[in-house]
This record gives sequence, structure tokens and C-alpha cells, in this order.
Amino acid sequence: MTQQGVRWSADQVLALAPDTASRKAGNKLGAAGPWSEAGSSDEGTVWGLCKGSGSKPYQTVVDIADVSGPAYKCSCPSRKFPCKHALGLLLLWAGGDGAVPPGQPPGWAEEWIAGRRKRAEEKRTAGAAGPGAGSGDPEAARRRSERRAERVTAGATELEQRLADLLRGGLAGAEQAGYGLWEETAARMVDAQAPGLAARVRELGAIPASGAGWPVRLLEECALLHLLDQGWLRRERLPDALADTVRSRIGLPASADGPPVRDRWLVLAQYDTADTKLTTRRIWLYGTESDRTALLLSYGAAGRAPELTLPVGLVLDAEVSAYPGAGQLRASLAEQFAAPTPSPIRPPGVTTTEAAARYGDALRLDPWLDSLPVTLDHVVPTPDGDSWQLADADTDTALPLTPAARARPGLWRLVALSGGAPVRVFGECGHHGFTPLTAWPAGTGEAVQLC
Amino acid sequence: MTRTSAPADPHPHAPAAWEELVTAALLGTERRTPPGGTPGREAPVALLDAAAVETVRRRAGLRPARAARRPDPAPEDPRPALPAAAARRLTMLLADRPGTGGGGRRGTAPDLMELLPQWLAAANDRGFAAPPETLPALLDAARGRTDLRPAALAFAGPRAVWLARLNPDWRFALRATPGGGTALPHLEDADRVRQLWQEGLFAERVALLAAIRAREPAAARELLGTTWATERAEDRLMFLDSLRTGLGPRDEPFLEQALADRSRNVRATAAELLSALPESALAARMAVRAGACVAVDHTRDTPTISVEAPHECDASMERDGVVPKAPAGRGERSWWFGQLVEAAPLGTWSGRLGGRTPEEIVALPVADDWQSELHAAWCRAAVRQRDAEWARALLGSPSAPEAGGPGAVSLAERAKLLGRLGAADRADWVAGFIATHGLSEAFQLLGVCAVPWAGPLGRAVVDALNIARDAGSYPWSFSGVMGLAERCLAPSEASRLDGLLAVPDEPEDASPGAGGYWAEAFQRLVTTLRFRATMTDELGMAEGLGMA
Repeated sequence: MTQQGVRWSADQVLALAPDTASRKAGNKLGAAGPWSEAGSSDEGTVWGLCKGSGSKPYQTVVDIADVSGPAYKCSCPSRKFPCKHALGLLLLWAGGDGAVPPGQPPGWAEEWIAGRRKRAEEKRTAGAAGPGAGSGDPEAARRRSERRAERVTAGATELEQRLADLLRGGLAGAEQAGYGLWEETAARMVDAQAPGLAARVRELGAIPASGAGWPVRLLEECALLHLLDQGWLRRERLPDALADTVRSRIGLPASADGPPVRDRWLVLAQYDTADTKLTTRRIWLYGTESDRTALLLSYGAAGRAPELTLPVGLVLDAEVSAYPGAGQLRASLAEQFAAPTPSPIRPPGVTTTEAAARYGDALRLDPWLDSLPVTLDHVVPTPDGDSWQLADADTDTALPLTPAARARPGLWRLVALSGGAPVRVFGECGHHGFTPLTAWPAGTGEAVQLC
Repeated sequence: MTRTSAPADPHPHAPAAWEELVTAALLGTERRTPPGGTPGREAPVALLDAAAVETVRRRAGLRPARAARRPDPAPEDPRPALPAAAARRLTMLLADRPGTGGGGRRGTAPDLMELLPQWLAAANDRGFAAPPETLPALLDAARGRTDLRPAALAFAGPRAVWLARLNPDWRFALRATPGGGTALPHLEDADRVRQLWQEGLFAERVALLAAIRAREPAAARELLGTTWATERAEDRLMFLDSLRTGLGPRDEPFLEQALADRSRNVRATAAELLSALPESALAARMAVRAGACVAVDHTRDTPTISVEAPHECDASMERDGVVPKAPAGRGERSWWFGQLVEAAPLGTWSGRLGGRTPEEIVALPVADDWQSELHAAWCRAAVRQRDAEWARALLGSPSAPEAGGPGAVSLAERAKLLGRLGAADRADWVAGFIATHGLSEAFQLLGVCAVPWAGPLGRAVVDALNIARDAGSYPWSFSGVMGLAERCLAPSEASRLDGLLAVPDEPEDASPGAGGYWAEAFQRLVTTLRFRATMTDELGMAEGLGMA
């Protein structure tokens, strides 16, 4: 658990900011001026007093060694999390110019840290006492899940009927029907407690307006939805792992009860997607010893950053447990054994041909899979008409970028990093194309975030 | 990716079968029976079954596309990489984009975007290469702020030009780079130089001429001479203008010949360049003309300069660049007179006016209200002829009472004259000016001083700010000077400011709350100075050096 000398980069700190305004404000506080009595301990605690507009400086303390990413405490009234003071303090610490010397935490910081450590310890002991403890009556839980299964079955049956009606009348009619038809069906699926079905139905509504070739895409998605319905209705006859996959795709709750895998996990990418109600954060981890890739998901209410934050390029010595289901990469972070540290490790890469083949293989386990995390090695970002592709440096094959990736500023960071030379790129590879998320220059050099 | 099936395709008719399914789905199974059809399943369900199989099969069979032509690799950037700490600092500076936030000059945190120009200058000074992944942000910053462009593009280097060719948003980088991004030929390569000069675009030719002029002035003049007669008038003007660099006596014959040019603007520029050469024939002719107008009148009690402005502007004066038509509101004779004095070599006045030094000459009274006209013309001459001695004499003593107000020499002219002094003299003069007259007129003068400010100048500014604070006004009346101080004061002065950081007791007649705002402004100043010191250290430079 030694933290000394291993500091994060400014980029990694700024990645913690909940929004652009905080990022900017934190950036300004990342200079020694307003700070006094700042320091950091070997246990991964950073503290300092920040002069604000009032007479009393704010007390800011950050615990960067926490299992679920850094934890913050600040006496300022801001409801942003982390606040600009915490960000500024971490930037000052990351700058490493002696403004945050190693030392013993003052009383007010020590108190907070001790409280946190104690609560974490209690939680761990409680967890060890038995997984069943506190989850209520098992019989009642079974009855609840049976009732839910019945409602999902009713929903899936209804959806099958609607799909059959659609195909009987023809997809051409769907173009006129517009969103309304799908919104209503999606609401029915929400009532049926099948959020996975609801989300897919809602996406169907957008396809007729998605440009040329929409009938093909609509038929594909309708067929896969039908496949999911059928999978649910006949789940008893499926292999266990595939049945779990179906449950997960339908959106039933599951717990990460796979065996914990301890590894040195490299943070490959972190990015947020938001809709009107929810911000979803995806964090890709690569197990440097197990050669596995895992996905951590974290949610926040709209407009708030999800709590779990792991800056790209850090390595965590931690245990990760998988969620059930064949071909499912989602996992949850269990115990963390040391504070995350920056690392020059890179994931090994494959060619574009191998990447496409891997996606094809993965569909055997999960036919609903849209994309798969892959690292491409030795590829050159190449303009292709209005679009871009990642071309193998040594063969004449290439993976096109997805339309969304083409519109992001990260594309230009990737192109600049490459300068026409081969680079290594981590991203998601699927039937829409490739979405680059992180890149490494040829030779040595830090990971560059593209998302 | 392409939807090509694997070579050993178990379903040779697959594409056709999928087309059939799509057609049936589009029209509806009521109108079109889908192919295949499973017994015992309703037609729409059977269609969905078949489509699901096909969809997964098609996706699983995806293969990479054919690679397009790969871009030519970016040219090598031989400069050393930035130190890691400096690279992080750059990320911070670039993340601080203007637009959001409260704006204004409140708060104690430094204004990072304002420090970017300094950072870029220091990094360019040390010859570091930009980290490639920062190029998009650098180009975006330069796109929004034209004043940043030269330094940002120099720092961004050849890869930024390569990148700009791929993104229309950054086309400005191609325009700003000499030759639209194509490298200039080696200047020793005479054939390629001649070819580019004869066939290149206008911008390429200007860049080529400037590059040669900077290294070998005579070669540039000779190159220009080869095509001079056939160039268009506006091109001749631009090319002639590039001779300003490295101007010397050997340019005289060429310029003298350009005095007979068809274009008036070309003639005027040639005359202006010649008048900056005190040994030139034109300068001698102007000295004779101007000398005839000015004399010391010994018939009075004290020696006094008397002026007799020319009565006409003849053809030979016009040929030497004198503009005959006066602007509205000015007398013709004084207009001609000003032009003659401006173009006459300053060195000839001593002989003409009784062996006096420039100080003595400037101190002489001038008869009949000609003083402002005469002194203004001398100021222009001192600027044009880069004459430090005359500039010093015309500036006078910074603590003289008339220096504070709008005297014979305006603030703008004074700033130009200051530019002709050495850096140390300049700083001393402005320091003396501020000590006597305070900060209200000092902004423009401070702008021409070398950065970081020399010790005495920095102390004068801090003292003056201190006095302004004690006078009880609000700091934002001095926000211009405060902003300059943040950027220009030597970081080593930070410790001197420690006493000013506390909120002072408010005097009775002070503006309410001013003390707190002053403390805040001084805190930001100190924070910014420390920030700059760190910034400079990270680039491997001694504190306070080389940030011009």
C-alpha cells in the first residue's frame, strides 16, 4: 500500500470531474495559491485547506485508496461530487511540485478517514457472515421471482403477437406508424418488468428514420427480439449458461456471484452514456495475468456523475467477480488490495481479421451481442471517403469506424497520435464497425483516451 | 466491414435468401409468402425464425473491409519530447477554454488561458516538440484566437500541418504555414529555388523571398531583380516590403530604380526604405531640402529654431516620395515640411544646428508654433532610422511634469520611441514615468517593455498598485495593469507581495469593500507568479528567464 512517488496524471484527475464546469473550476484551483497545510499520507490520503470567499478555509480530504474509486470530503457547500476543491487538491498533488508533501494527516482528516475505514471493515465482516444474512425470507424471495417471471412471460407473449402482426402487415407500414407505436409497446414491456425488452423495442422506433437500408436493420432487430422472446419462453430447454444470458438480456436482476478473480487489472477505458433519466458509466478492465477483459457498470441519476471512477492507465490489484451468463463480460469490483498505481502495461493486440473473427465467435455464446472489446495492434487510422477506418499496417484489410466514432473529437486525437504510423487501439468491435476508446503510440508512451 | 461469406459457404444461396426475406417482411406476409416456411408455424413467425438465423449468420460471417489508401506518414519532428510535468501543464492550460464560467477578473485563481501564449513562447524557445495527442486542442485554440496562431503553429510543428490537411476546420494552419504546408526547398538548391520563384503561388514566393532575405540579403534582391519588370504592381509592393529585413546600403541602387516605378505605392515604399538608409542619395537630397527649412535664429535673446516651410512640392520631391496632397484639415506647407524632416537623416542636424547634441537641439525653443510639427517629425524619423540617441532625447525625462500629459509627443509615439531604446533603458524610463505619474497612463508604455519586467520596473508597478490601493479605489480600475503584471512581473518578485495579501483596515474615505477586493487581486497576482515560476521550471528554464 505505498502511494509515495506514484502520482496520477492531470488527465486522470480531470477524468473524475462530474461535468465541464467542475473540470474548469478544479483546474483553476490546481495551483498552490489558495492552498495551505496540504499533505498526503502513504495510505493514499490527500488533504489540504483551500481559501474560498469566506473567512474560514474549506477542509478538503480525498481517499484515493478506496475500493470503489476515490472518496471525497469537503466542508464547502457545493453539491457537485467531487467538488472543485477536491479536484484542485488532487491536481496539485498530481503536479508533484512539492506543494503536497508526505506527512501525517491533521485531526479533522484523520477522523474522517478512520470513520470510513471502520465502516468498510464492518461491511466486510457483515458480508463474510453469510450471503443469505439480511436478504429476508428465502421462500418469499422465491415467490417474488416467480411472480416476476410470470409477468415477463406475459410481456414476451404479447410482444411476439405484436411482432407477428407487424410482419403480417409489412414493415413498410412501420415507417408511417412512427415512434408512437413503439413507445406504447415499450411502456407495456416496462409494466411487464422486462426492461431489456423495453429498451430494444424503443430502439426499433428510431430505425425507420435512420436512413437508407432501414428495412434490413429493422428486420434484423425484430428477428433478434423475436429470438430473445423465444429464448425466454423456452428457457427451461436452454443450457444453463445461455439461459442466464437470456435473463440478463431481458433485464432481470442478477448478482455478481462468479468466483472472485484476483489479478492486476489495467483500466483500459471509461466513458459515460446518458439518457434523460440515467447516466451509465462503462469501465473496461484488462486482467494482465488472466488475459481476461471485464466490464464494470456504474449508474448515476441524470446530470450526476456515477460514483465509480477509475482513471485510464492505472492498475488495480483487486478481485473481480463475474455476473452470470454465457459470453457476458460484466463483472463487479470486489476487494481491492492496494491503491491503484499508474502502469506502462499495454494489452496485447490482434489484427483486424482476428478481431472480426472474435466477434463472430462471441455471437455463438450471445447472439444479441452488438460489439466486443478488442485491442488492435499495428493499425493505421485511414481516411476512406467521408469515413475513417483502422487499416492493418501489413495487410490490405481494415475495420471501418462506427458512425458515432467518426463524429467524436477523440478521432482526431487518434489520427494525431498516429501521424500515419501504426498504433495500438483498444475499442469495441461489432456489426456497426469499430469504436476506438484508447490508443497507444508506437514504441513507448502513455495511453491516450479517445472517449 | 463487408458482408462476404466465408469461402467454404455452406449456404451458397444465402444472399438471395436474405433478400427474399427482406422483401417479404417489407410487403407483409399477407401479400408475399416468405421462402422456406416451417410447417406448423404461422407465416410471420416462420419469417422471424428464418430472419433470426440469417441475421446471426450474417453478423458472424462479417469480415474486414478492404483498406483504403493509407495516408502518407507525417514528417518527422526532430525536436525533443516535452518533459512529463510540462506536458501535464499544457493539458491543464488547454483545458481552460474561455466561454464558460463567470468571466470578469474576480477570484484568486490564475487566468490560465492568458498564460498559454507565454507557455508556448517558452516551449518554442527551448525547442520542444508538442505531444501529438495535444495537437487537436492546440489547433482548436489557435483557430479561435488568431493572436495565438504563430506561436501555437510553431510549437505544433510539421505534424499539425499534416493533420490540418485531413480536417477542413483547421485549414487556417495551411494558410498560415509558408507555402501552404509544402516545405521550402533547400536554399542551396538553386534550380528548385528558381523554379519555385518562377512557378510558385504568391504566398509560396513571398515565403521563399523572406527565407532567403533572412539568410542572404543580396541573393534575395538579385532573385527579385530577375522578374521585377514582369511582376504585377501589388505583388511588387509586397516583395519590396520584404526587403525591410536586412536593409542595407547595398540595396540602394535597386531602391533608387524603384523610385521611378509605375505604381505610386511602390514609389512611396522605395522612398521610405531609402530614407531609413542615412547614407543614401535620397537621404542626402532630403537632408538638403529639410535643412533649408530649419535654422537657428541668433537674433533673439536665446537661440531659437525658426522654421520656413517649403512653398511648393516640385517634381523631384514627388519622385523622392513626398506626397503632394495634404489630408483634410492640414496645411499643405506643414504637410510637406513634416515629410521632409521625417526622411532627412537625423545625423545631419547637429552640423546644421551649430554642433549641438540631440538633447540640446530638442531643448531649443521653436518659433511660431512649429514645435509640435518639428518634434513629431523627428519622432517619426527616430523610429524609422532606429536612432536610440535621438529617441532618448525626444522622450526627455520621465519625471518631467509635461511627460504625464499629452504634450508634443503622444503616448503612442512615446511607446514607439521606447521601442528604439535598449531593454534596460526602456524599463528604467517607464519605471521613472510610473513613479512620477502613476499607472493611469502607463498601460501602453508597459506593453513595450521586455518580459519579465526588470527589477526597478517591477518594483515601480507594485509600489504604484500599493498607492492606488491606499487611495481607496476599487482594483478593477487597474485591471489592465493588473493583468499585465500577472503575465509580465518577474516570478521572483512574488515574495515582495506577501505584505499585500491581507485585507487591510478600511480608511474612512475608501470605497466599501475595496480592501477585500484588493487582497483578492494581489492573491491572484501572487498565485499566477508562482504558477509561472513552476511552469518555467517544468520546461527546464531558470526562473524568470527568456519569456519574451
